Amino acid sequence: MSDQADNVLSVQNVDLGYGSLKVVFDASLTVKSGELVGLIGGNGSGKSTILRAVSGMIKPWKGTIHFDGQEVSGRKPHEMARLGLAHVPMGRQLFGNMTVHDNLLLGASLPAARDRRDENLEKVLTLFPDLKKYAREKAVQLSGGQQQMVAIARGLMLGPKMILLDEPSLGLSPLLVKDVMAAIRRVADTGMPILLVEQNVKQVLQVSDRAYVLENGYQVLDGPSSALQGNEMIKKAYLGL
Amino acid sequence: MMFDYVSFLQNLSNGVLIGGVYALIGVGLTLVFGVMKIINFAHGDFVILGMYCAVLLNSLLGWDPYLSLLVAMPLGFMAGALLQRLVLSRLMEAPPESSLLVTLGLALVIGNILLLTFGAEPKSVNVSYASSTVSLGKVSFSIILLLAGLATMVVIAGLYTVLNHTELGRAIRATADNRLGAELVGINTRWIEAVVFGIGMALAVTAGVVLIPLLFATPTFSGAIFTLKAFVVTVLGGLGNIGAAIAGGLLLGVVEVMGASYLTSDYRDAYGLLVFLLILLLRPEGLFGKTVKRV
Repeated sequence: MSDQADNVLSVQNVDLGYGSLKVVFDASLTVKSGELVGLIGGNGSGKSTILRAVSGMIKPWKGTIHFDGQEVSGRKPHEMARLGLAHVPMGRQLFGNMTVHDNLLLGASLPAARDRRDENLEKVLTLFPDLKKYAREKAVQLSGGQQQMVAIARGLMLGPKMILLDEPSLGLSPLLVKDVMAAIRRVADTGMPILLVEQNVKQVLQVSDRAYVLENGYQVLDGPSSALQGNEMIKKAYLGL
Repeated sequence: MMFDYVSFLQNLSNGVLIGGVYALIGVGLTLVFGVMKIINFAHGDFVILGMYCAVLLNSLLGWDPYLSLLVAMPLGFMAGALLQRLVLSRLMEAPPESSLLVTLGLALVIGNILLLTFGAEPKSVNVSYASSTVSLGKVSFSIILLLAGLATMVVIAGLYTVLNHTELGRAIRATADNRLGAELVGINTRWIEAVVFGIGMALAVTAGVVLIPLLFATPTFSGAIFTLKAFVVTVLGGLGNIGAAIAGGLLLGVVEVMGASYLTSDYRDAYGLLVFLLILLLRPEGLFGKTVKRV
């Protein structure tokens, strides 16, 4: 366990489920500092369930979750936010009738983030320069791709230790998916650890450092994304080659 | 016969001033609806509580009713926040009709506690300046109506400032806009709801206090009338929209006063409802609601 120290997130042998239905079996994954890690699989593969366990919405039946050196299984979502986990949810959940500027400021609602709000806003706008143009527009008036950028930027306003991205490509045209993925890569290149949960396997393998593949609740593959891109099973099942 | 401009302007100004108070009542209701998605059927009884607060402080300590605002507003805020924490917060997971039953029950409890304490006879506070007026040309303004209008303007301007220019206001708007999103960025939405319900109740008791020199308070009857007026005001404008509630309140005030003056004053409360029905018939989404084309 010598490499445990640089793991920002470490999920060890968790079983997860709802009611009496087990949907994830003995899953393990790690995200190290500065890594962009993909968690991919089709509908019902259990990837969203793992994400829910990490963000504190459900408690693991078995196994442990460590975040930033602490055991966190069973913590509530707002506690995870306080510990420095930014969750960019599926469907974005922006404040549609408020300005982009307000949306970004609201990302720093927690006291610790409030103290560094101006500093973080500047960083975020350097990373997403387009948002300066839309600052005074209502979030709902932006295109889906721009809205996704706002959602990621809002997550960064927390000044997090790690970001959790849930299906950022959902509902976007292929061209916009490319833009959003490039933006996610830019964020990762600043050293921000990211766990990216996606159905869009092809795009994730192109931008991520490593990836885990889930099928029917079982981890079937993991490794460097470049290696997975060449994997026969992945090619057949997800890339249509 | 020539059209009497003086009496028209007189009625218009009276209508706008009383409408301002209706706006104040409606704004509280619409703010609570916007954030908590419940209709507070005890809102009119909060207004009556404000009236009796002024009556009590006047009879015990001889306070001028406007002075009792200093007590009534903070007390109303705290009572509202407490009611939300202790009673309404338990309804979070419950089906929507339970909030109707609970707030209606709250209205009954408040009305009957007042009946038990103060008796059934109507109460008011007489101030020495009740019949004083200020004249502008041939139109004269009643001092107590002017004070009511002024208090309304100050309170609504204060609320506007809080909502649009403070961190708390931004968090309130965010919670009204997207509750899940607000929770994800770390806003304590249960705390926001308590604050908002407190503000709603503080606005209602303020309206009650400024109305007491003008109207009689009765324990169980007038609460329902004010709830109805608040409802008319907010639906006229479009539920959940503060600017629209203000416009709705002013419209209701003017309609009532004009109707009472040019038709017959017996049906004063009915004119508002009549216009309400007409507007809903022509624009079901309210005067300022977003138009939804039905196909």
